[in-house]
Amino acid sequence: MSAATKAAMERAASAYRAGIALLVAAACYEAVARSGVFPAALLPTLPKVASTLWALLLDGTMLEHAGFTMYRVLFGLSLAVAVALPLGIMMGRFRAIENFCLPLASALMPIPSLAWVPVFILWFGLGNTVAILIVFYAALFPMLLNAWSGVRAVNPLWLRAAGAMGADERALFWKVIIPGASPFIITGLRQAFLRAWIAVVGAEMLAASDWGLGWVIFDAKEFLNADVMLAALAVIGAIGFLFERLVFGSLERATVVRWGMVRAAKG
Amino acid sequence: MSIVAPAASPPLLPAGPSAQRGESRWRLIARTAFPFLVVALAWEATARLGIFPRKLFPPLEEVAAALLRLTADGVLPHHVLDTLVRLFAGFALAAVAGVAIGFAMGRSRRAEDVILPLISIGAPIPGLAYAPLFLLWFGLGNVTAVLLVAFVSAFPIIFNTWTGVKAVKEVWVRSAQAMGADDRRLLHHVILPGALPYMLTGLRLGLAQAWRILVGIEMLAAVPWGLGWMIFGAREFLNTDVMLAGVAVIGAIGLTLEKLVFQRLERYTVVRWGMMA
Repeated sequence: MSAATKAAMERAASAYRAGIALLVAAACYEAVARSGVFPAALLPTLPKVASTLWALLLDGTMLEHAGFTMYRVLFGLSLAVAVALPLGIMMGRFRAIENFCLPLASALMPIPSLAWVPVFILWFGLGNTVAILIVFYAALFPMLLNAWSGVRAVNPLWLRAAGAMGADERALFWKVIIPGASPFIITGLRQAFLRAWIAVVGAEMLAASDWGLGWVIFDAKEFLNADVMLAALAVIGAIGFLFERLVFGSLERATVVRWGMVRAAKG
Repeated sequence: MSIVAPAASPPLLPAGPSAQRGESRWRLIARTAFPFLVVALAWEATARLGIFPRKLFPPLEEVAAALLRLTADGVLPHHVLDTLVRLFAGFALAAVAGVAIGFAMGRSRRAEDVILPLISIGAPIPGLAYAPLFLLWFGLGNVTAVLLVAFVSAFPIIFNTWTGVKAVKEVWVRSAQAMGADDRRLLHHVILPGALPYMLTGLRLGLAQAWRILVGIEMLAAVPWGLGWMIFGAREFLNTDVMLAGVAVIGAIGLTLEKLVFQRLERYTVVRWGMMA
């Protein structure tokens, strides 16, 4: 048996075991849910969750909630990137800006974004503004620090080589520093999205504003609609997963992998 | 999910603003303090100009006074203590379970195949989204808060331990076995030190995750004491000074956890064993 077929068989065995594990987990859940040990309202059966999800998707409410959540995340994230990316790059280039911003960033970073929710509610009232600002705060620091360390991590040899070959400041910036810092910037973007995604759910729960996936889950608690909660959880997970894999994966392939800054990611 | 931190990437924050060449201690302190002074002055000016109602935008001395008052009458220490107990109870649970699961996954192919799909499904969902579900299942209060913190911070610990155990060089394991190490010694002297840099990263990420989520949970789970609850409760009475004092304390605890606990732990173990420069 060649090594290749052996590896393929092992992979097949892995997939098989993974499938079995999922099936067994689902069956266990189903058995507990049906046994009636816990009230059905708290532990709905899987078909019930699926049918709720399907119904909410069909009548469009789930899509509308997801749309609101996405709007808040993307708005806050773009805002954070628009502020943090230039600032981080300037921090990497200019000592004075670094000296000013770094202590502030290190002091603010350990404060969880959700701690600001009550303060922001007082200042801006319930609603979209709070959620967007919380997302902004959560996404700001990963982006800032990664942009900063990315610029600082650019190999000084490259800078000098480009300078020796007659690159002016502009060319140096666009052709050397930006591609050189790009792996860090992409990592920052990923972390920022992850933080933003966590923050938006929390902000929507606390700063209740009628729409949004976090609000759906929290609202469903009042009516003991565990099936709605699980359905919304599934949607949240699916969106997070899609973003991580599709959006950032392709972004990475289009930039850093193509520029040869990192080897193609494994997964 | 990018909660598995590549061990090769530099730490996010290389120990604050590093001392520049030939700079005296006092200059360094002045340089670090300067931005805070500017921000404090700007805040003070805005607060005193009365653009916003004083109740909503208190000057700094009111915040400081609230901080002192709450500390003196013992309310704040009680909140802090409860929050910390919850944090460490949840984190300890997560550390024990996470390291055990991660080790099992790293050492046994079978365990990996069984556990990985289950974890991959749970991980992309932000921890706080589970909060209402946990509240339904376990009721309001401490149990929910601790379990949720444990649940949330277990993911990075599991992933990193798993990666770390798998990253132990096969050559080390085989040479240790060739030199007659039994399973116990192998685990203790080869696999554990080899996987430790990753495990510490995982624990650190787990604690950071736990800390970020705990404040939110305390607001939702209606626990009687706790910093998150203190801030959220102060909103009802427009006590912005209490809220800001609470936020400041939260920031200070976060900073302390990062600087004192983990950087020190890292120095004592990984660096001393020569696993990391």
